[in-house]
Amino acid sequence: MIEGFTIFLAFQLAGELVARGLELPVPGPVIGLLFLFLVLWFRSATPANLTDAASALHSHLSLLFVPAGVGVMLYSPALAREWLVILVSVVISTLIGLGVTVWVLKALVENEDERQ
Amino acid sequence: MREEFFQLWVYLSTSPLSGLTFTLLAYCAGLYVARSLRLHPLANPVAIAVAVLVALLTLMGIPYPRYFEGAQFVHFLLGPATVALAVPMAAQLPTLKRHRWPLLLALLCGGAASALSAVGIAWLMGGSMETLMSLLPKSVTAPIAMGISERIGGNPALTAVYCIITGILGAVVAPYLFAAAGVRNPLVSGYALGTAAHGIGTAHAFQESAAMGAFAGLALGLHGLIAAAVMPLTIAWLRAM
Repeated sequence: MIEGFTIFLAFQLAGELVARGLELPVPGPVIGLLFLFLVLWFRSATPANLTDAASALHSHLSLLFVPAGVGVMLYSPALAREWLVILVSVVISTLIGLGVTVWVLKALVENEDERQ
Repeated sequence: MREEFFQLWVYLSTSPLSGLTFTLLAYCAGLYVARSLRLHPLANPVAIAVAVLVALLTLMGIPYPRYFEGAQFVHFLLGPATVALAVPMAAQLPTLKRHRWPLLLALLCGGAASALSAVGIAWLMGGSMETLMSLLPKSVTAPIAMGISERIGGNPALTAVYCIITGILGAVVAPYLFAAAGVRNPLVSGYALGTAAHGIGTAHAFQESAAMGAFAGLALGLHGLIAAAVMPLTIAWLRAM
């Protein structure tokens, strides 16, 4: 467990170094995710301490968004000005985004699965 | 006695301990409400916890920076949790390899559809240019979206607000949409949640299953990488025309 957590932090640190060093528009943790995914790709099995640490972090992933959510809701003065535009736009576009992704995947993935 | 109690309270309410404890209490309350309503999609634990904390901080007059001194310990875990998405993704490698082209195409279509429809609707309703540019990356994971917003003339702070609202709304409406469309494959539902509702959508997917969370995490990461490259270039190109 603690080994897994250490590995995540080390990959995050490596990601931060690359992201900042190369001035990439992508945050360090996403680069770290990419690195770790590539390493795991070339290993046959993921060690148990990594799986344990990952499921511990992901079992309450929602909790981790709470502090940022509070900050965002406390500081939203411009939201009040155009709140109707934003609410309508966000609700409909999120439904459209979900719907289009589902539609493309259902058409193509189920087609590929049937061929096999 | 009362005076002493007051002094003690003043001390405790300024220490990081209270910010951290309030965050966990509010989240546990959100989970309790969600579970007692049998995980009804409208009872989203993030939305409940955020609402409780915003009310609490406003009532008690605690400024956000002081609250964040405690809450930062939770916030910090977002970094390692993002890196850790590689683990469930690696577990789904065979599925990802088999369906790589449909997955890439679905991401491009779903991502473009949510960005263009968000901007289009806001434009039709007379939204300002700043609102339009801040809305464009709202389905991308917040830290990347804020960077995009800055580069295309949006307001990064507003983009963060739209990202959080998109994430919560996506988690709330997705179960209804999946039921209506008859989606049973976790690849389809997870991937759609990650594409349209990034981190909070992914958190919702993990509540269903690790496989669904893995596909959501993949979509979140891919969407972020592609949008960071494509969105600023497209806007620069449109402006040059």
